[in-house]
Amino acid sequence: MDSVLIPEGVKRCSPGKFFLWTLPWLALLGWGLVSAFLCLYKGLNQTNMTNYFAFALWIVFDLSVIALGAGAFFTGFLTYLIGKKELKDIINAAVIIGFICYSGAVAMLGIDIGQPLRGWFIFWHANVHSMLTEVSFCITAYLGVLLIEYLPIILENRKIEEVKELRLFGHNLHEIMAVFAGTGTFLSFFHQGSLGGLFGVMYARPFAARGGFYIWPWTFFLFVLSAIAAGPSFTILCTKLAEKITRKRLVPDQAFQLLAKISGWLLALYMVLKIADTIAWVQGIVPKAGLTFMDFYREGPYGVWLVIAEIGIFGIIPAIILLIPKARKTEGWLIAGCLMNCTGIVLNRFVFTVVTLAIPVMPFDRFVSYLPTWQEWGISLAVIGYGFLLFSFSYRYLPVFPKEKELNTA
Amino acid sequence: MEEKHGKGPRYGMVIDLDKCTGCGTCMIACAAENNVTVRPDESDKQRNVAWMQLYKITNGKPFPETEVSYFPRPCMQCEHHTPCVSVCPATATRMDPNTGIVSQIYTRCIGCRYCMAACPYHARSFNWWDTYFPKGKGLDRYLSPEVSPRMRGVVEKCTFCHHRLMRAKTQAYAEGRRELEEGEYITACAEACPVQAITFGDLNNPNHKVSKLAKSPRAFRLLERLGTEPKVYYLSSKEWVRRMADNYLPEELEPVTKVKTG
Repeated sequence: MDSVLIPEGVKRCSPGKFFLWTLPWLALLGWGLVSAFLCLYKGLNQTNMTNYFAFALWIVFDLSVIALGAGAFFTGFLTYLIGKKELKDIINAAVIIGFICYSGAVAMLGIDIGQPLRGWFIFWHANVHSMLTEVSFCITAYLGVLLIEYLPIILENRKIEEVKELRLFGHNLHEIMAVFAGTGTFLSFFHQGSLGGLFGVMYARPFAARGGFYIWPWTFFLFVLSAIAAGPSFTILCTKLAEKITRKRLVPDQAFQLLAKISGWLLALYMVLKIADTIAWVQGIVPKAGLTFMDFYREGPYGVWLVIAEIGIFGIIPAIILLIPKARKTEGWLIAGCLMNCTGIVLNRFVFTVVTLAIPVMPFDRFVSYLPTWQEWGISLAVIGYGFLLFSFSYRYLPVFPKEKELNTA
Repeated sequence: MEEKHGKGPRYGMVIDLDKCTGCGTCMIACAAENNVTVRPDESDKQRNVAWMQLYKITNGKPFPETEVSYFPRPCMQCEHHTPCVSVCPATATRMDPNTGIVSQIYTRCIGCRYCMAACPYHARSFNWWDTYFPKGKGLDRYLSPEVSPRMRGVVEKCTFCHHRLMRAKTQAYAEGRRELEEGEYITACAEACPVQAITFGDLNNPNHKVSKLAKSPRAFRLLERLGTEPKVYYLSSKEWVRRMADNYLPEELEPVTKVKTG
């Protein structure tokens, strides 16, 4: 039925099977749309956020997907600017994953702000001293770059390519992709960083506050580094998942290996700096505020286990796994390493968002807990549903994996 | 106590905790003066709107040594690198360099709540619901035409009753004066406090009572070591109360200040 749209030389499941596959993701998306409608119509009282938890699940999700989506700009940087040719086999997937992550995050932010119709005030009444202004400018611009990077993949669809003008436009875009890869790298560096800066500059919240270089707190650099360490791992995970689901080989192993190696080295470097940053924080900012390290880890469920989990289990261990060539060449270890790496970064974003707000600063203030409502879960999980749908449609109708035909000829 | 307030008037407040009885009149006066919204059920204190919040603290000792004190907490109007002002992406909150008052522009606020995350005093409230003033119970008739009501989805906070400053200035200009007399502009909470625990005035004017009280050996500020330079001072002769206002390391157990009681 839709065979004319499917790329030449590759096999895809029947339209009926594909339709059934999309149902659970459509259901997630539907759940999210109902939640979004309620939040827009009735207000943010539909969430369990409070004056204590001004940021909550959505911001954790936003920061996480943006960090995990860093695979797009970083793979683009490695492919087009550093010249790692083997990554051309995975760059399309990285771009689509990045686009899903960023567009999902922007959509979520649109619901998260109390006055969505005033979102443009950030640009009109911009406060240049705010890290959130930098985040907004760079994310919006970068979403545009991602769209431009996604466009030539869409234009490669068999039917669209039949239109000469569109085919030529797509090919020309391909030719100048290095320019957009460079722009994307520049924009991503600043918004990944300023997302970290967002917390580091909150000097009256000693749990998040950090010293830094000039106007940038250390969290600025740590967030950039952790994003480019986790992003490639997430690209590997998504592609491996696509391989498992389609029961095909989609990307040559050397592309996976190169990304895993780079991810491992960056994670190792991040871990060294993160540990140094934690020690400096414990020795500097914490006692200056009249607090001890343990003061932050005695409230509710947020104990020292968070530090052990983030730095030890989901930081150092995946770095070791990804750095040992023999380990990362074994598929199970590769997936475990990437999964742990991504978990560690999500945990880091959770700690900076939720734990920062959960720890009272005033000695007589009390600890309050927070659990998201189904509407908050709905909007968050809708990003996953939307991601599966967009990736599935892209995979079905677009030549996402250039080596797919070659790898599955047997 | 070292002060780093800027030039010109710096409006500030001194709250005497030795006098405060915890009656809550300041909260009620503030809410009525500033058109603060209510909810049919006000029991959810994590999501209500309160410009002036009252905290009850105890020394944690068992009876008969138990002592209780109350901490009225308006916006601290931080002078140094005001935590909420520097983070707002849409310039919806700013500190007036001429008065030191930190304002909130409700019609510009996008409701991102970054300011709330940055404020360690929980001085900011978000409008989780539409503004509500129940009709038939008289609350709607209390609404002040001088203060704009806020819409759902924006952040609000204590403004030191800024409209009262405007009113006092208008009066002074009409009388041909450029300067305000002491007491011409005071906040609703200071006016309403039945035990006169709240003193309001210009911290930079040495003749104002507030500037003298701020130099008292009993004076301290909330979370002073963070360096936010609040323009709200507290007075207490009780060591444990002063200690409750900030965090201290175990080795910093010596008295914060030496105080003569009475």
